[in-house]
Amino acid sequence: MDYSQFLAMKQEISLLVVFLLVFFYDTILPKKAQNGIAGFTTLIFGLFTAQSIAYMFCPCSAQDTTAFAGMYVTGPVIMAIKNILNIGVLIVLIQSIKWANGEFMIVRRGEFYELLLVTLFGMYLMISGRHFLIFLIGLESASLPLAAMVAFDKKRYESHEAAVKYLLTAVFSSAIFMMGLSFVYGLAGSLYFTDINLMIFGENSALAVVALAFVIAGIGFKLSLVPFHLWTADVYQGAPTPVTSYLSVISKGATAFAFLVVLIQAFGMFYEEVWQWMLYALIIVTITVGNLFAIRQKNLKRFLAFSSISQAGYIMLGVIAFNATGIASLMYYVLVYIFSNLAAFGVIGAVENATGKVDMDDYNGLSNTNPRLALCMMLAMFSLAGIPPFAGFFSKFFIFAAALQQGSIAIYILVLIALINTIVSLYYYLLVVKAMYIKTEEPCQIPAFRSACSERLGLWISVAGILILGVGAVFYNYLLDLTTSMGLFGSIM
Amino acid sequence: MDLNILCYLIPALIMFCCGVYGFITRKNMIAILISLELMLNAVDINFVVFNRFLFPGSMEGMFFTLFAIAIAAAETALAIAIIVNIFRAAKNIDVREITKMKF
Repeated sequence: MDYSQFLAMKQEISLLVVFLLVFFYDTILPKKAQNGIAGFTTLIFGLFTAQSIAYMFCPCSAQDTTAFAGMYVTGPVIMAIKNILNIGVLIVLIQSIKWANGEFMIVRRGEFYELLLVTLFGMYLMISGRHFLIFLIGLESASLPLAAMVAFDKKRYESHEAAVKYLLTAVFSSAIFMMGLSFVYGLAGSLYFTDINLMIFGENSALAVVALAFVIAGIGFKLSLVPFHLWTADVYQGAPTPVTSYLSVISKGATAFAFLVVLIQAFGMFYEEVWQWMLYALIIVTITVGNLFAIRQKNLKRFLAFSSISQAGYIMLGVIAFNATGIASLMYYVLVYIFSNLAAFGVIGAVENATGKVDMDDYNGLSNTNPRLALCMMLAMFSLAGIPPFAGFFSKFFIFAAALQQGSIAIYILVLIALINTIVSLYYYLLVVKAMYIKTEEPCQIPAFRSACSERLGLWISVAGILILGVGAVFYNYLLDLTTSMGLFGSIM
Repeated sequence: MDLNILCYLIPALIMFCCGVYGFITRKNMIAILISLELMLNAVDINFVVFNRFLFPGSMEGMFFTLFAIAIAAAETALAIAIIVNIFRAAKNIDVREITKMKF
């Protein structure tokens, strides 16, 4: 075997180095130094992110590389999506410093960071894998440690309940996914994405459709598309807030991109007849149910859970578009979603760390006591709802435009439904703004407090992201160049 | 006696359906975990059988099974750990009692 092919996995190896540094810091250094592990991890990961982004612009990385007989692929587009995830993880790390330095975390804060880095590694494999074995290993190593992270708050009962709900549904969904894979293997005789695409097409049998439905159901669980979304709200509510924010943006963004790759590469031939319609139904149900349930939520974390369900529906519009614009707009959507959602979770986390309150009623009149946090939350809500000067508007605009490029009447109707749902979503996002800015008769439950330096830094970055991506959508053009320059889907092949 | 491929696939399918049924109806978390194991093992059988009967030239299905077994073991270990934790917190592993969060 030629060991030099490991060098193709540059980002994975760098992430592994980060993991090992954190691991040795945690195990070898004396107890006194342990307090610094949060800052240390954030610093190292920041360096890694900077290096990884710099490498993306280096001409030496301009073409696609494969390794392990085509099981692993990397290229400009894949590096771009990984770097988008890196930025999100960096913000999550910055926001979680205060939480990780808390009294309760003393003995186990190293483990939190190690588990987090391992899940990120799994997501990398999931994005880069072009063989279902690699994909499955990535999917599992991205979801199993997350269950341990959800259960992290050992003193809180809800954390355990959330963990058991997450783990059992995750295993159930991966069993269904693997059942689908076994049918695919029986039909195609291979687990390479490209081979499957060529072999299965000839026999458009019922078994192939069942297999595809199982695969979509299995990945749909991880993405919390609607018939498979029941775990989401409970897990988001029970998990510690940094874990929730990680789960809602990074895990979802990575799975969405991997889902796109699987559907286009392994089942691309089935687009017209089969999975376009499966996804069509899923998107309509996901967006509508997510929105309608979000309206009646009182707990802000549950509220954001249902909001993230409907956002997943919008992200899927980039998959159903089935063209290079769709890929670029999906990546852009994930990036914008990372900034907006992390701004919202940053505020929730800061308030929770200071006062322990997460209900929407507690936020009544927040603008009087904590005007900056309220402003930040308002910007996040505006961006999630898609109000023009902010980034969320452009990400929605691009993803709708990409879907419309596909051209059929059915897709026009789908986009119309999505647009109507955007208006519905405006109602419940503005409920939060109303609570903070208009319901000011009674004194606010949350006293004025000064949030930690790290939390403020995380919020600044998120807000800057919302504003910069909103004012200048240059980055979208960059992504579009990447995805189109390689020919149709060439870059992710 | 000649065993054809269906002699393996149908038991595997029955196992899978038993697993799904058990996952939905059982109230004890350990029993739910056992049902999940049934489902995962049915998948393993499927892969091995497809490999052995349809594509004897390659070993892809067998290798997939090996990895799937390892992943299933990891899942079980983690699930047991979390169930032990929840038993400590709630003194109960009945899913009807673990319902504090609902919508």
